[in-house]
Amino acid sequence: MTYDADALAQLESDAAEIIARYPVKRSALLPLLHLVQSVDGYVSPDGIAFCARQVELTSAEVSAVATFYTQYKRRPNGEYQVGVCTNTLCAIMGGDEIWRQVSEHCGVGHDETTADGKITLERLECNAACDYAPVMMVNWEFFDNMTPDRALRVVDDILEGRDVKPTRGPAKVASFKEVSRVLAGFEDGRADEDQGIGEPTVVGLTIAREQGWEASK
Amino acid sequence: MTDLTPVLSATWDAEQSWKLGTYENAGGYGALKKALGLAPADIVQAVKDSGLRGRGGAGFPTGMKWGFLPPDDGKPRYLVVNADESEPGTCKDIPTMLSAPHVLVEGVAITSYAIGCNHAFIYVRGEVVHVYRRLLQAVREAYEAGHLGKDIHGSGYDLDVTVHAGAGAYICGEETALLDSLEGRRGQPRLKPPFPAVEGLYARPTVVNNVESISSVPAIIDKGVEWFTSMGTERSKGMGLFSLSGHIERPGQYEAPLGITLRELIDMAGGMRGGKQLKFWTPGGSSTPLFTDEHLDTPLDYESVGAAGSMLGTRALQIFDETTCVVRAVSRWTEFYKHESCGKCTPCREGTFWLDQILERLEHGHGTEADIQQLLDTCDSILGRSFCALGDGATSSITSSVTLFREEYEQHVTEGRCPFDRAESALFDYETSEATEEAHA
Amino acid sequence: MTSTADKATAEVVETVTLTIDGTEVTVPKGTLIIRAAEQVGINIPRFCDHPLLKPAGACRQCLVDVAAPDREGNVRPFPKPQASCTMTAMDGMIVNTQNTSDEAKKAQEGVMELLLINHPLDCPVCDKGGECPLQNQAMSHGHAESRFIDVKRVFEKPLALSSEILLDRERCVLCQRCTRFSKEIAGDAFIDLQNRGAMQQIGTFDEDVLDFDGYEPIGVAAEDESGKAFSSYYSGNTVQICPVGALTSAAYRFRSRPFDLVSSPGISEHDSSGAAIRTDHRRGKVLRRLSDNDPVVNEEWITDKDRFAFAWQNLSDRLERPLVRGEDGELHEASWPDAIARAAAGLRAAAGRTGTPADRKAKGVGVLPGGRVTLEDAYAYQKFARVALGTNDVDARTRGASDEEQAFLGSSVAGTGLGVTFGDLEKAPTVLLVGFEPEDEGGVVFLRLRKSVGRQSVLTVAPFLSRGAEKLSASLIQTAPGGEAGALAAVKAGTDTADALSEDGAVVILGERLATVPGALAEALRLAKRTGARLAWIPRRAGERGAAEAGALPGLLPGGRDAASEAARDAVAQAWSVGSLPEAAGRDAAGIIAAAAAGELSGLVVGGVTPSDLTADLRAALTATDFVVSLEVRRTEVSEHADVVLPVAPTFEKPGTFVNWEGRLRGFATAIRTEAISDHRALDFLGRELGVDLKVGTVADVNEQLAVLGAAPKGQRMKAPTVKAAKPAPATGDQLILASWHMLVDEGALQDGEPYLAGTGRTAVARLSAHTAERIGVKDGVVTITGAAKGAIELPVVVTEMADGVVWVPAKSPGSWVAQELGVEPGTLVTVKGGI
Repeated sequence: MTYDADALAQLESDAAEIIARYPVKRSALLPLLHLVQSVDGYVSPDGIAFCARQVELTSAEVSAVATFYTQYKRRPNGEYQVGVCTNTLCAIMGGDEIWRQVSEHCGVGHDETTADGKITLERLECNAACDYAPVMMVNWEFFDNMTPDRALRVVDDILEGRDVKPTRGPAKVASFKEVSRVLAGFEDGRADEDQGIGEPTVVGLTIAREQGWEASK
Repeated sequence: MTDLTPVLSATWDAEQSWKLGTYENAGGYGALKKALGLAPADIVQAVKDSGLRGRGGAGFPTGMKWGFLPPDDGKPRYLVVNADESEPGTCKDIPTMLSAPHVLVEGVAITSYAIGCNHAFIYVRGEVVHVYRRLLQAVREAYEAGHLGKDIHGSGYDLDVTVHAGAGAYICGEETALLDSLEGRRGQPRLKPPFPAVEGLYARPTVVNNVESISSVPAIIDKGVEWFTSMGTERSKGMGLFSLSGHIERPGQYEAPLGITLRELIDMAGGMRGGKQLKFWTPGGSSTPLFTDEHLDTPLDYESVGAAGSMLGTRALQIFDETTCVVRAVSRWTEFYKHESCGKCTPCREGTFWLDQILERLEHGHGTEADIQQLLDTCDSILGRSFCALGDGATSSITSSVTLFREEYEQHVTEGRCPFDRAESALFDYETSEATEEAHA
Repeated sequence: MTSTADKATAEVVETVTLTIDGTEVTVPKGTLIIRAAEQVGINIPRFCDHPLLKPAGACRQCLVDVAAPDREGNVRPFPKPQASCTMTAMDGMIVNTQNTSDEAKKAQEGVMELLLINHPLDCPVCDKGGECPLQNQAMSHGHAESRFIDVKRVFEKPLALSSEILLDRERCVLCQRCTRFSKEIAGDAFIDLQNRGAMQQIGTFDEDVLDFDGYEPIGVAAEDESGKAFSSYYSGNTVQICPVGALTSAAYRFRSRPFDLVSSPGISEHDSSGAAIRTDHRRGKVLRRLSDNDPVVNEEWITDKDRFAFAWQNLSDRLERPLVRGEDGELHEASWPDAIARAAAGLRAAAGRTGTPADRKAKGVGVLPGGRVTLEDAYAYQKFARVALGTNDVDARTRGASDEEQAFLGSSVAGTGLGVTFGDLEKAPTVLLVGFEPEDEGGVVFLRLRKSVGRQSVLTVAPFLSRGAEKLSASLIQTAPGGEAGALAAVKAGTDTADALSEDGAVVILGERLATVPGALAEALRLAKRTGARLAWIPRRAGERGAAEAGALPGLLPGGRDAASEAARDAVAQAWSVGSLPEAAGRDAAGIIAAAAAGELSGLVVGGVTPSDLTADLRAALTATDFVVSLEVRRTEVSEHADVVLPVAPTFEKPGTFVNWEGRLRGFATAIRTEAISDHRALDFLGRELGVDLKVGTVADVNEQLAVLGAAPKGQRMKAPTVKAAKPAPATGDQLILASWHMLVDEGALQDGEPYLAGTGRTAVARLSAHTAERIGVKDGVVTITGAAKGAIELPVVVTEMADGVVWVPAKSPGSWVAQELGVEPGTLVTVKGGI
């Protein structure tokens, strides 16, 4: 698989835009890796070579970066990255059981992809949503307050080709490639989509309002 | 009884709270306009006087950090916002950026002006794509409204902001590792000295601050130093977001003056779930030594928590009740540190690798008494010997849990299994079966 | 000939005084604690620290207790132990190492224990055992037993990072000396850290190893042109500095234990830098070579060629006994007396010195010492030629050469002592490279220049920017071969380049290839005159400068004396106690070969010369000449044409001196004692048999004579060349100007017999500019090049940003032997067609 003329032209145009955001070219490497991931669905050797040329590094230096960060996948990723947080708090709140059931249901384990290419499972580290534990992320959108049932329903929706809605975030979860492109710094026009504010986020504010507490002079 | 003080979170429940319009309607960007009329040095002084301390965990006085920048030499200097929130238990910056990204953007503008920076970066972890969308949009909205870009509000001051997504590495929350990552390298910490204030991003003077620290700056400028210092304690001024999670009725974000106690917060949070007993908790995330119910009345400020043997950190209050196995909790945190260890230095790289295996054996009942001692010995070889604080943080929960709950560790050894039922500590009901036990192994 | 020491800089250095383990030590400000400790004999254990690399502080082995004065002057201890390799010494600091501090000792033991938990018990099968810093420091600073009872992380082993360098990832302690050397010193970031945490490892980008799903990555267009390998010319240095056995070399793997080896210091025979090496041998066989520590010349680094290419000295074609051609036309082994007698008889006749009427038919003998000879050998050859054979037909320059070059060497190089030094290169504000490729032709010169990247401006007169030049951030003065003289002439007073060269310390490096560019060396002298820049002539072979010093050129006598000057001839004759020296002007190497081929010489004495290196047809010369004597280490093509073959010693079986390009004497003693003798000793025998006592039997004899002769006095020197720059031949149609130079790793004779090294050589390609490639019409990505000789070179094309009308090919890489196949020097027109 080598990029065809059109794909390469688009990549180069996108890369130029990314590189222009930084005073030093090399800084563009992380977003460039997200970019090639958005085209190939993972960071391929071609992607590595492309990035190496763009930021003028050797391929060893680029793979040094690509292999350091967990979001860069080395094999074709599923359309949906389904991650269950199994760090302490979420695990104890039930994340371990959710993981077990989801993994069993999908028939794959950590960093493995279902045969139909729909789902890649991942055991996640803390995704900064502890007040919504147990947490699941699908293509890096929040699926808060999960239970095994809810999680399995999400998984089944995906496996059966239906859209899934996060608990906080846009109207529906975009594909792995699409969100990778966003992470490369390209807006997809969905920032105003919203599933509504979660209770834990405004619990303090709510109580303050109820109690008439203010911080301003 | 301490009142909560919604400042950063004040607009979070508004309709489309993240939009520029909503923020401006609530008075947003007024502080920026005010700041542009002040001398930069005065802004730095104000922040110094406010006593604001870094909200990213270390608690270093923010104004003092800005003051470490060398005199202007005509070449660029940078502000980098650390939005890499990844410390287990910490979940305050993500909702801030999701619900009110403009408070950060305004803070960035004021801070950059104060320190003479014309290009600021916001380094946000990559695993939160909607947050990233909101930040990208907020920055764009700010440009369009003239709050960023060239000659901001006719002041002659230019500022560009780049929102940069990370790609999954907790270590990038360490400021020098973050800088390396932002430069397009592996996120491995750098030698200090030189400190970022002298040689940071691209070897130029750089200020690295947490989201919450920068987001507090507009309020300080707007409402004044006295207002800020009216909250908090003698040496821990101001308010902060306290993130409560775990076995309580109403987990979430509670913005309060520093010095509030956990008892007060749990009370506001509706008490422990199901009326159970508090067993242990973290004052500042997994890298801080554990507290128990003995510390319910410890004021949550830097000094008091420090004196009580832990660290205020990021005010990530993970609350665990009596159904929780400490060994299991500590084992998971250790797995986390091992997974996230950058690998640069021997103690952290090899030490976490070892600790993880010992704890796994202990948790599943295959450990020995010698293992408990080995945990402590290995922690000794890591604490204070590693290149950065990740190694140190990895030891906190282990050494404190062995001190506080040694019998529980010993019980795992003598009974040859974990004496707790996992299903009990979960927030939903399920049957623990052989299969689940195997799956957890 | 003089050799002066580098001038010591008289600077006032600020110092600090600190106490280490109770001992006071004063060191220059900025010294690291670990270095300061070494100065008082205190060894703090370490892995990642290396004096020539920037501090990393990664391994944490060097932890010590430090107390330093605070702002009020009170000495306060640091709350935790500090890494002594990253902390600079401060006035009044009190440091307690493992010798005097329990905490430091415990910290170090803790780190050592942790290092060993994942380290495999490979010692019995690991090359490093016996000379391993991890073994040594574990014994001295660690515990005897490990408490780790869990599962170690494992990796498949070993990985071939290149055909020469192997990596056992499990052994790696991630000190990063290898990646830091590669990036900081050599500029070749072909290896880097991969993965994270406990699975972190050193590696190239290898998608199989790193578990990437994908396809074949880079093809021939990659800069390193060898795919994904660790293709750095300096990769061997990482094996030497690796503190464990993670990096090993394929050539040495499993072959020896260090305590079986005898180490002898030596000088590398591969280029003109005279790098200090250490030869390790066992029972008469060289098993490996390392870099020695010579801060003035090569610091602690050598090229892979220096390190690995020594098999040539003892291949199966090594000559042990003299050979003499019998009646049957075959070569037969003979005794030394017999061979010498035969050689002398033949040469006497060929030189017309029998004292019989047959002398009238004698046409004389030509002498070709070759460029690999030591100073003593070169001296012996030229004295032999002049005194024993009565001829000035002696030239060590078996390569592209010219009279202009001879005049240049005679007037400005030979007998001038120590000139521009390595240190001068490092400090030069501007360096102009002319006809000199810094990496491929420079070896350790490149590493020294690279130290100053960012602080030094490098310009290069070349057809394109090579990778080496790019790594020096060089600016290209794009010049087609043949145009170098014009390029130098164009650096007129007032230009930026001239201004840069007028700065104090500016240096112009002249490569050997300029010899075939009329006017180039003359213009270089003019340029030096008008800017004040100093000139450094850096030839390729180890013996070139020595040959010039010794007078092994037709127009040069020892010390830079002009052979055409009667006064010089008289002076030398007197020193040699002979009546007179031959007056008739000598032929250069090309001239000697041409004359011999045309039957105009009756004899040839040939040293270490490889026919395929020459554009001149040496084979025809050997065939046409009546009597040929070969002095060689190996039985070569030359032997097959010789009447007498005298075996001579390779470099490690003899003592001698190379004069490096700086003009520095690089002497070495015999590493392995055998019966082999040097060229100069053999020539001494031969001379005696011819009735002349040359007194060149020993190194001491030769050096005594050289000392007496000294440098040429003013009136006896050659005049500097004044050749004007010529316009290079224009390229038209399918005629392109040939550009070529040797790659550092190629098929040179001294690299024979070392396949592991050969595997790291860069793929041979032909380079054309885009415009030229289109004009020529490259077919199937390949072009065929033909020249004056009967051969052809077919190579894949890499379109390169370079001068139009030029084709570049490597001089002697696989499939690309320019001298032999094309028979022309660079700068000449060759025919280039697309396809095979």
